[in-house]
Amino acid sequence: MSKATIRIPTPLRSFTGGAGEVEVEGATVGQALHHLDRRHEGILSRVLDPDGRIRGFVNIYLGETNVKTLGGLDAALPDRAVISIVPAVAGGLR
Amino acid sequence: MSASRRRLERLRAAIHQVQPGEAHALALKGAVLIDIREADELAQGAPAGSKRIPRGFLELQIEQEAPDLSQPIVVMCGSGLRSLFAADDLLQMGYREVSSLAGGFNAWKKQGLPVAIPRLLTDEERERYGRHLSVPEVGEAGQIELLRSKVLLIGAGGLGSPAAFYLAAAGVGTLGIVDDDVVDRSNLQRQILHTDDRIGTPKVQSARQTLQSLNPSVKVVEYATRLNSTNVEQLFTGYDVVLDGTDNFPTRYLVNDACVKLGIPNVHGSIFRFEGQVSVFWPGRKSAPGPCYRCLYPAPPPPELAPSCAEAGVLGVLPGVIGLLQAVEAIKLLLDIGEPLVGRLLQYEALESRFTRLTLERDPDCAYCADGKPFPGYVDMQFACNVPVTDGGH
Repeated sequence: MSKATIRIPTPLRSFTGGAGEVEVEGATVGQALHHLDRRHEGILSRVLDPDGRIRGFVNIYLGETNVKTLGGLDAALPDRAVISIVPAVAGGLR
Repeated sequence: MSASRRRLERLRAAIHQVQPGEAHALALKGAVLIDIREADELAQGAPAGSKRIPRGFLELQIEQEAPDLSQPIVVMCGSGLRSLFAADDLLQMGYREVSSLAGGFNAWKKQGLPVAIPRLLTDEERERYGRHLSVPEVGEAGQIELLRSKVLLIGAGGLGSPAAFYLAAAGVGTLGIVDDDVVDRSNLQRQILHTDDRIGTPKVQSARQTLQSLNPSVKVVEYATRLNSTNVEQLFTGYDVVLDGTDNFPTRYLVNDACVKLGIPNVHGSIFRFEGQVSVFWPGRKSAPGPCYRCLYPAPPPPELAPSCAEAGVLGVLPGVIGLLQAVEAIKLLLDIGEPLVGRLLQYEALESRFTRLTLERDPDCAYCADGKPFPGYVDMQFACNVPVTDGGH
């Protein structure tokens, strides 16, 4: 079981009471995300689809690397890892 | 005999001199032909393919053209005298294969060898872009490249405003701007191209006024239209770089798809409240191609999962930061300097004062940019909540 920090993008901070980072535990990236959802219920539905796959408009990074290239949600979580949730953002604001 | 004559006699004996035909042959075999004449001597042209370094900058700039001391060099001036002194200096710097063109450019031209009329900076341009000319990575050749370049900005809003402002200042010759909106007072918190007295004016017109008062020589092409599947390719054709500063997903996917199809680098920027992202999507890059926007995000979020209209908003300064990072990337691409943000996403979080660089991979199965896949065509997506209602948009 590793400890990790998940960085929460602004559009999802309504789930975390405004917090930009949440401390979690897990052996894999997937477990860490589910721990996040237990702490802040509902947030995971914005990240994963009903089948548990990463949604097409969201990317999950372990450090600087997209977890897609590390085996997806099963990627092993090193201790003190930083996970970033990076959703597509439309805005340029005309 | 005068001192200069004595020195010339010594150099004539010491420096290897080549006739124009031989210099041409050497250049074809890989020698670099350095033209050391001054700007006012170039009206008649210069040998095709020659590199110009004015005599006064020769020692300081030669390594940009010939980083390797074993690189064969032919030095040329107007008549073959100054090039003897210049060749001597290069030998003293350690270059081993240096020759001087006997008879200089006059002899080259007389022999009917290929001549190109170079684009030269005017005195006014030299003054305006002086700080660029002193930067070795830009210099005169780079500035001329910028003046020749064409950048298309999608949107004259939060991101497009600062980007266009600085690209015009930098002397990018043609700026196309696509925007069908008019200036609204609520825009002025961040859209610095526009002014209070232009409320109600089309943004492309307001943008042109501001940009041309900053730099009258920049050509601003106004496209007061909304991008769609039928006009996107025609609008993009002929531009060197597209800078995406739009505010909605349908346009972002159209911009991506057209850039993929036409091989144009897409300098992407997006913002939300205190956060921004910048990347360069360029699967058409010849060396080390990168992913496209669809590799990163194959599909836009459905409206119910996207940030709601009420949530949208941005710190007015934030698009300044992100738009200028886009402008820097555009300049790097135009000048082919440094390492562009191809295959990398730069994230800026203002409240944490944090920049994060993430690695982006190409999706080998990407519907739009995967190798060998036919182009699937353009799609006009519908998106219900694409513009914040508080922002005076559509």
